[in-house]
Amino acid sequence: MEEQDVKIQITDRDGVSHEVLAPTDMAMNIMEVVRSYELAPEGTIGVCGGMAMCASCQCYVNSDHELPEKLDDEEAMLSEAFYVKDNSRLGCQIQITPELEGLKIELAPES
Amino acid sequence: MIKTDILIIGAGPTGLFTVFEAGLLKLKCHLIDALPQPGGQCSEIYPKKPIYDIPGFPEILAGDLTKNLMEQCKQFEPGFTLGERAETIDKQEDGSFIVTTNKGTKHHAPVVAIAGGLGSFEPRKPLIENIGSFEDKGVAYFIKDPEVYRDKRVVISGGGDSALDWSIFLADVASEVTLIHRRNEFRGALDSVEKVQELKEQGKINLITPAEVINIVGHGKVEGVVVSQSQHIEKEFVVEADHFIPLFGLSPKLGPIANWGLEIEKNAIKVNNALDYQTNIPGIFAIGDVNTYPGKLKLILCGFHEATLMCQAAYQIINPGKRYVLKYTTVSGIDGFDGTRKEAPKAVVKAIN
Repeated sequence: MEEQDVKIQITDRDGVSHEVLAPTDMAMNIMEVVRSYELAPEGTIGVCGGMAMCASCQCYVNSDHELPEKLDDEEAMLSEAFYVKDNSRLGCQIQITPELEGLKIELAPES
Repeated sequence: MIKTDILIIGAGPTGLFTVFEAGLLKLKCHLIDALPQPGGQCSEIYPKKPIYDIPGFPEILAGDLTKNLMEQCKQFEPGFTLGERAETIDKQEDGSFIVTTNKGTKHHAPVVAIAGGLGSFEPRKPLIENIGSFEDKGVAYFIKDPEVYRDKRVVISGGGDSALDWSIFLADVASEVTLIHRRNEFRGALDSVEKVQELKEQGKINLITPAEVINIVGHGKVEGVVVSQSQHIEKEFVVEADHFIPLFGLSPKLGPIANWGLEIEKNAIKVNNALDYQTNIPGIFAIGDVNTYPGKLKLILCGFHEATLMCQAAYQIINPGKRYVLKYTTVSGIDGFDGTRKEAPKAVVKAIN
């Protein structure tokens, strides 16, 4: 484990949990981490490329980490997405930072 | 039957640039796209967003890139079948192909280039249990002919540009327009939001927010929708309507192409990247985001490169054994199929006395 990596637990759409290392120094977000570990099939996540315009990277945050507030884009997209819960976020809008060590998330169903 | 040299499936940036490269080789192209306008994702998802990695353009809006590509290829007179999805492909005895769309339009070409991006855009359907049984019986996810709604009661749900724009448009057509959205805030263009506000105040649009359609009622056709409203006190009520139009955007699906016998891996079509981006079926190529090979990058600029090499291979299929050498546009100029010619100005030779 590199010094700048954080450990994140990601539950995929089949309910399988994966513990992955995510670098904090590559300007990556949660959606990109999921893609880099191929935890969801290509074409089913990050469809818009990370512009908060498709909700294909919606995930549920299952740990009580303090995350950056939702910006208007994300809030608006989630208001049109399906399967939204109180703990829904768009993975593409959450940057990997040292504060995310131990974060637990679950991918929302494909829609 | 539409006949062409290269039939391109997908009118995104890669498909449009193919028209230009094919034109240089005197090959004619026709494009099929499920969306009603060319540009693919660039015009459907992010026309107003900038792209920074198109070579030679430090910054260009996706919508402007589409406009430029259309301008660049226009002298090669591409044909378009828009708003239709390529459904089936039939190989003919002579090795050519007939591609038929979901509306039955037939296209015949010796070469097919799939430039389908992430697939064709399908509407995202809200999770209402009985919605399937009302499709085409009052429920529609696209508005094709606004006249259908003349003097009818229409419920639209959604919070983006299409929900706003159609509410505005139908306010003058339908007898009653109700717009339902989960939040008070809309994410459309500011002037659309203001226009809806204005129409609401004039009583021309009935706005229900924050609320959600949770059920549809009717016998054999839509007669109303059940709305759940969550402001102050939770309540449920029925809004009577003849039509329900949920507009929650589009999501790309590989769709029928997946059943064409092509080798698929990771939701993309496997191609020979060592040579010409041909698929496992000779004569069918896949270029741009829709293909995959070791080291593939889904970038517009990679699609341009793939399109260029693919056209050379298409030339060989269409003109077997015919000689050709690569020409530079600066040297040869461009002869359009429309009779136009573009060329570098001739050098001026003039003595200095």
